Amino acid sequence: MAESFNILIVDDENDFRETLVKRLQKRRMNVFGAESGQKALDIMNKLIFDVVVLDVKMPGLDGIETLREIKKKNPLVEVILLTGHASMESGVEGMNLGAFDYVMKPVNIDDLLEMIRQAFERKMVQEEYNK
Amino acid sequence: MDERYYKRLWGKIILTTLGFALIPLFTLGFSIYSQFSSSYSAKIFENLKTLAENRRSSIDLFFDERVAQLITIAQTHSMKQLSDEAFLNKVFQTMQTRSKSYIDIGIIDQEGNHLAYIGPYPELKGVNYNKEDWFQSTMAGGVYISDVFLGYRKFPHFIISVMSREGEKSWILRATINSEIIDSIVRAAQIGKKGDAFIINKRNILQTTPRFSGDLFGHPKTPDFSKTVETHVEEIKTEGGSYFFGATQITNNHWILVVKEDPREQLTPLLRARTIAVFFLFGGIVVIVLGTFLTTRAMMNQLIKSQRKQAVSEDIMVQSSKMAALGKMAAGIAHEINNPLAVIGEKAGWIKDLLSDEDLTQNPNLKEVEESVNKIEYHVERAKKVTHRLLGFARRMEPSQEQVDINKTLNSTVDFLENESRYRNIDIQVDPQSDLPEITSDSSQLQQVFLNIINNAIDAIGKNGEIHIKTSFLTKRKEIKIEINDNGPGIPKEDITKIFDPFYTTKEVGKGTGLGLSIVYSIIEKLGGRIMVASEVGQGTTFTIYLPLK
Repeated sequence: MAESFNILIVDDENDFRETLVKRLQKRRMNVFGAESGQKALDIMNKLIFDVVVLDVKMPGLDGIETLREIKKKNPLVEVILLTGHASMESGVEGMNLGAFDYVMKPVNIDDLLEMIRQAFERKMVQEEYNK
Repeated sequence: MDERYYKRLWGKIILTTLGFALIPLFTLGFSIYSQFSSSYSAKIFENLKTLAENRRSSIDLFFDERVAQLITIAQTHSMKQLSDEAFLNKVFQTMQTRSKSYIDIGIIDQEGNHLAYIGPYPELKGVNYNKEDWFQSTMAGGVYISDVFLGYRKFPHFIISVMSREGEKSWILRATINSEIIDSIVRAAQIGKKGDAFIINKRNILQTTPRFSGDLFGHPKTPDFSKTVETHVEEIKTEGGSYFFGATQITNNHWILVVKEDPREQLTPLLRARTIAVFFLFGGIVVIVLGTFLTTRAMMNQLIKSQRKQAVSEDIMVQSSKMAALGKMAAGIAHEINNPLAVIGEKAGWIKDLLSDEDLTQNPNLKEVEESVNKIEYHVERAKKVTHRLLGFARRMEPSQEQVDINKTLNSTVDFLENESRYRNIDIQVDPQSDLPEITSDSSQLQQVFLNIINNAIDAIGKNGEIHIKTSFLTKRKEIKIEINDNGPGIPKEDITKIFDPFYTTKEVGKGTGLGLSIVYSIIEKLGGRIMVASEVGQGTTFTIYLPLK
């Protein structure tokens, strides 16, 4: 049985995103993929997501801007930033914008899953608190 | 910079300075000396000329007096009166009261007959002088002064004869004069130890006895002055050296008075002045040379020092800009590699996920596949470590600010490495300054620094060795100095500039990333400190870290 929360993976690197989606699905997660920031925002209009894993460096709408948009629409959505380089600025900026955490590629699937679960837990706590 | 370059520069500065200092000195010295010398020489010449003319005047006066006396006698007496020898004797005695220089006196008629004679040689009376030169000359000229000769009398003398007329008849009054009187007048001009004075006649025959320049009646051992008319003075070089000569013609009988002076005697004050001048000149030169040497040496040392300082700061700047560029590049590369690495990792993970559904015992190939996937994951992990360290190297993270006790940090690092070092029989000795002040820094990053350096030292030594760690506080610069010295094999000169570069390693492939020291470098730089390395092959290596108090 799938865990009852939705995950959105946003990354322009198709091979990476697709594989990650498949692997998370295999771990019984409700996972969707989006190849750009814009696509992510579109899909989030149709579906409700609890945790978004967002690549920082993307063409078009980049991770930080997408994060800003997501938080604007729904501040309770938890975002984990995925980055290929350790640019401290984007990390700090992301955290300031309300990202849950940031993690560097390549990422260990189990670590990522753990982080996603923690993010979801925080979301639950936040929702509880907001009620 | 090159030692030779400084030497050459120094030489140039010395030469220029000496040139500017010495040329005016020499010019001044020589011009003053030559001015002095020429005016002094002119003065000497003038004195010599005065002396010669003075003596000439004395001689002329002497001749004038004698001639006048004789003429007076001849004019005031008749030949008949004077032919009476008793009377002549009386006259002679009167003459001798005034001057003992008269030797004898005689009266000669116009035929040349010696009519009367008073003097030491009475046998001369009656001799006929008709054919004699002096007789002819006197008859022709009225007055005649002879050259000096020995003659019958066997001592140097000369004659003065004057002619007198009595109506149609002429007669001659002749006196012989001892030339000793002339000698004595001339001798008065023999100045100093080498000065000389003498008289020559028109044929350059000596009329007086010189001190050095020849014998009476011989030719003088000096240049020929017999043609002298006007008084003149010149410096002439002879065999015995250079001499000043003054020559002047005696009016009465056209003899030439020659005065010779030794310039070395006359110029003694000038020579003394020259000696003093030369002494001061050389003293001045010594002072200038010494002063130039010392000041330029101090200047050069200052220059070398400041250039070395500049070179060091340039080195540091080059190193830090190199690090910055390398950091950027490393970050770029790491990022570019991370993305495909992530894909590889995910794909391998996906294969592994799929394999977990299969029964591996059914298909032995699947076992192989699983092993391969594990290997892929392992190596992705390994590559990830490298790229993450690279990114860590490039990361501009803010160091934390806390009070750090360096000695404590060092000790804990050493404790951490104790097992490793004991196993390798490496003795790590810490020599801390006990009252080391705490600094504001980042202790975990400093621990990383010490760990990297000491680890490197342990690796460099291999087995059996010593590591000395010393801390001290530099009061003046307000810095803490940490020296970490090992007695390992040392770093070759050509490698020492590269040790802080990323990926530079001497360890085996896979053993070291070559990032340790570059991380050390960037941490120290971020903490506002400096790190230096000194190494001698076969002696060991010393890392020196300077950390600011704040």
